[in-house]
Amino acid sequence: MSEYAASSTTQKHHYPDKNGRYGDYGGRFVPEILMPALAELEAAYAAAKEDPVFQETYQHLLKQYVGRPTPLYFAERFTEHLGGARVYFKREDLAHTGAHKINNALGQVLLAKKMGKTRIIAETGAGQHGVATATACALVGLECEIYMGTVDIERQKLNVFRMQLLGAKVNPVETGSKTLKDAINDALRDWVTNVGHTHYVLGTVHGPHPFPLICRDFQSVIGRETRAQILEQEGRLPNTLMACVGGGSNAIGLFFDFVGDEDIRMIGVEAGGTAIEPGKHAARFAGGTVGMLQGALSYVLQDEDGQILGTHSVSAGLDYASVGPEHAYFHDSGRIEYTYVTDDEALEAFQLCSKLEGIIPALETAHAIAHAAKIVPDMPRDEIVILNMSGRGDKDVTQAAKLILPDEDLA
Amino acid sequence: MNRIERRFQDLAERNETAFIPFITAGDPTLAITGELVLEFEKAGADIIEFGVPYTDPLAGGPGNQEGAPRPLEHHLRIADILALVKTLREKTEIPILLFTYYNPVLAYGVDRLAADSKEAGVDGILCVDLPPEEAGAYEAAFGALGLSTVFLLAPTSTDDRIDLIAEHSTGFVYYVSRTGTTGERETIESSVKGMVAKIKTKTDTPVAVGFGISTPAQAREIAGYGDGVVVGSAIVRMIGELGDSPDTPAKVGAFVKSLADAAKGRA
Repeated sequence: MSEYAASSTTQKHHYPDKNGRYGDYGGRFVPEILMPALAELEAAYAAAKEDPVFQETYQHLLKQYVGRPTPLYFAERFTEHLGGARVYFKREDLAHTGAHKINNALGQVLLAKKMGKTRIIAETGAGQHGVATATACALVGLECEIYMGTVDIERQKLNVFRMQLLGAKVNPVETGSKTLKDAINDALRDWVTNVGHTHYVLGTVHGPHPFPLICRDFQSVIGRETRAQILEQEGRLPNTLMACVGGGSNAIGLFFDFVGDEDIRMIGVEAGGTAIEPGKHAARFAGGTVGMLQGALSYVLQDEDGQILGTHSVSAGLDYASVGPEHAYFHDSGRIEYTYVTDDEALEAFQLCSKLEGIIPALETAHAIAHAAKIVPDMPRDEIVILNMSGRGDKDVTQAAKLILPDEDLA
Repeated sequence: MNRIERRFQDLAERNETAFIPFITAGDPTLAITGELVLEFEKAGADIIEFGVPYTDPLAGGPGNQEGAPRPLEHHLRIADILALVKTLREKTEIPILLFTYYNPVLAYGVDRLAADSKEAGVDGILCVDLPPEEAGAYEAAFGALGLSTVFLLAPTSTDDRIDLIAEHSTGFVYYVSRTGTTGERETIESSVKGMVAKIKTKTDTPVAVGFGISTPAQAREIAGYGDGVVVGSAIVRMIGELGDSPDTPAKVGAFVKSLADAAKGRA
């Protein structure tokens, strides 16, 4: 194959540094009580990375249990409909449990088991990370508790029951906005209390170092597979990559391997909610400023006093006031472009993708699809776009029905 | 020497333990906070910890979690807290320590907060989610103006971390007496005494113990080996229950007196 076969990302991009920084962003801003646990995790992860037995177990399970590699699918009818570049979907929705979240959850749960931890906790927004973590815990036999805001419990009931079926305890979170941010606060409080025997499986590329690194490493399998698959199918690399960005793990997962390929355009799509006004969206790069939330310096939706603003998105998984620190770095450097789409645009794309491709996407993913629908028609037909189909939308069907169908049809 | 350091020196000469109550500034109102400070001083408190309200207090137990965001309902800002300290300085020289999360500090501006704190009459700052590794500019800004930067140690702290915090913490070292967030507990973990003794072999900086202390009996126990006793959640909860009624300061003051007396072996 050509010179494109190997990624040059790690030659060109040297973050995080030893302090867990991505340029000015990231770091480790936590109460003292967690500092030893983060140091222990960093050391254990560095050892696991070099441990052939650990890697072999993880790779084996990715293949035989998760079902990797996930397909790279040419979305022919979607492409025809848009009339521009050729659009491929990286089918993370076909991974076990229905989203990319399992890549990280499985890796971290195996790591925790290796570290001798007996109890796992995690936060969840849309429920996908909670389901993935509960699944991995069932697989290896560890106790599992998931924190979830009561607003999210209401809009993701199916996933709550799935977690319970998998043997996890779901702890409702009533504080603050009762969504993802508050679930993370409660998970951190739990970790502070039970840090001796508990590992916190943080579900995205956010939080204190080394979480953003660990999650990126476990998710970057998405991009590595995509490179090999597109070279096999098209004989060349894509022109554009697109993914939705909540904390940003599916986006980093797809993008990271291609960061060094400077001609490839990368676009992260945030949740524009109902308007770019305080409390009505979760587009950190549109309405946020530099701050520190939950362990890392990054862009944060906050007021001028540093108080964290409420957020809104039709998608629970994107409904978060900050974003992974590496995204903040790539935003400032210009390597990745960030944009947003509104709730309505995402809901429209949710239906469009279902009808044209027979794939019901997660509402999170629908944000990336909505942006593709906007810009792909203006792209030349010989260009290639790869969109990360980060999750499937079964979990969203009830909520989407409430928003899409006229009231009388719901009776 | 700032007011915190001077107070610990005076107490050491008298062989007395510092009593350090925590209140959330502006809870229930800034006016009552001012009255509480004066009541606490009369009751025998040595240093006041002023909690800066924050939307996401992840190190707060149930009491402080409710207390921390409450003043935000009437848009309390750091500038309002500093203005209160300035007014209080006309009436009292009691040492005042800001207890805060890092993001409000960052938003205010680290250098600006150091300068404005000094000007208002604040004596030091403790930032719960800012370990020394991330605190270079912050320590420089506050240290240059003679303000204390207090850091935390915890039951999970390794010897390396004890050395690091002992080196960085000024004014006093705050020992978190149990794993977990703040909140009231019935018993004090048996490891506290040993950890305090260990920390004291590494530094001459006084060691105060807090998190989970809520009764005079516990305060008396801590006073047996700590240089200071911090009580937070129990006071914050009582303020939450009493609200802005006119006798709140006197009632909470009486509770603080019972704790201070116990810490000082007077009861």
